[in-house]
Amino acid sequence: MTIESQLAEYQGYLLRFARLQLRNDAWAEDAVSETMLAALAKPQSFGNRSQLKTWLVGILKHKVIDILRERRREVSLADDEGDGSEEIDALMFKADGHYASQPADWGNPEQDLSSRQFFAVLETCAEKLPAAMGRVFLMREWLEMSSEEICKELQLTPTNLYVQLHRARLRLRECLELNWFGKRAAP
Amino acid sequence: MMLMRTCKEAAALLVAREDRPLPALERVALRLHLAICDACPRFERQLLTMRNALDRWRHYTDE
Repeated sequence: MTIESQLAEYQGYLLRFARLQLRNDAWAEDAVSETMLAALAKPQSFGNRSQLKTWLVGILKHKVIDILRERRREVSLADDEGDGSEEIDALMFKADGHYASQPADWGNPEQDLSSRQFFAVLETCAEKLPAAMGRVFLMREWLEMSSEEICKELQLTPTNLYVQLHRARLRLRECLELNWFGKRAAP
Repeated sequence: MMLMRTCKEAAALLVAREDRPLPALERVALRLHLAICDACPRFERQLLTMRNALDRWRHYTDE
């Protein structure tokens, strides 16, 4: 198979991650195009498909970081249009600091973590995060950047970053409980 | 009391711990709370599951 046809095959896969991280279709398409060009400029052959994929994702991550850096000003604009986090806190806890409803036992998740449907739900939950929150969360969890790096790239204060990450984790938990673990636990 | 935490406070510490090291006082307060609470250890396991899930997802190369 030619490199061109292999790249065409992975276009959708790469675009999915780029969109999830960048939250902007035009930027995501740029990142994937840049990735393709870089791959074509330095084609390498791989013994198996997963190695090729890993290589492409590695290039994509660099291109995505470049775009986040270039677009810093647009990206770090906090969308403070009420992200509903206070409501989540209020739903989860009573005024006296006790749980409004007890956290469920998610059981032994080993089986879930090898299921394709589970990852589809996880991605949908990440997609549902508000854009600015989703970007910093994915910078941490997908790009694996340290808190210091994210603060530096986006010119955020550590407090600001931690608040965003905190809210993102609570929302993701809530979403996974509603759409996966809660459903699964049903008799 | 210095080392007493509500579930809400303990849960906030558990979430914060995913992204930054906690000061010694908070670590101790959290340990003590987890030892006497039924609900928060479940919340802690949920966060651990999420951490494992995100880790798998990152390395998940299947289409």
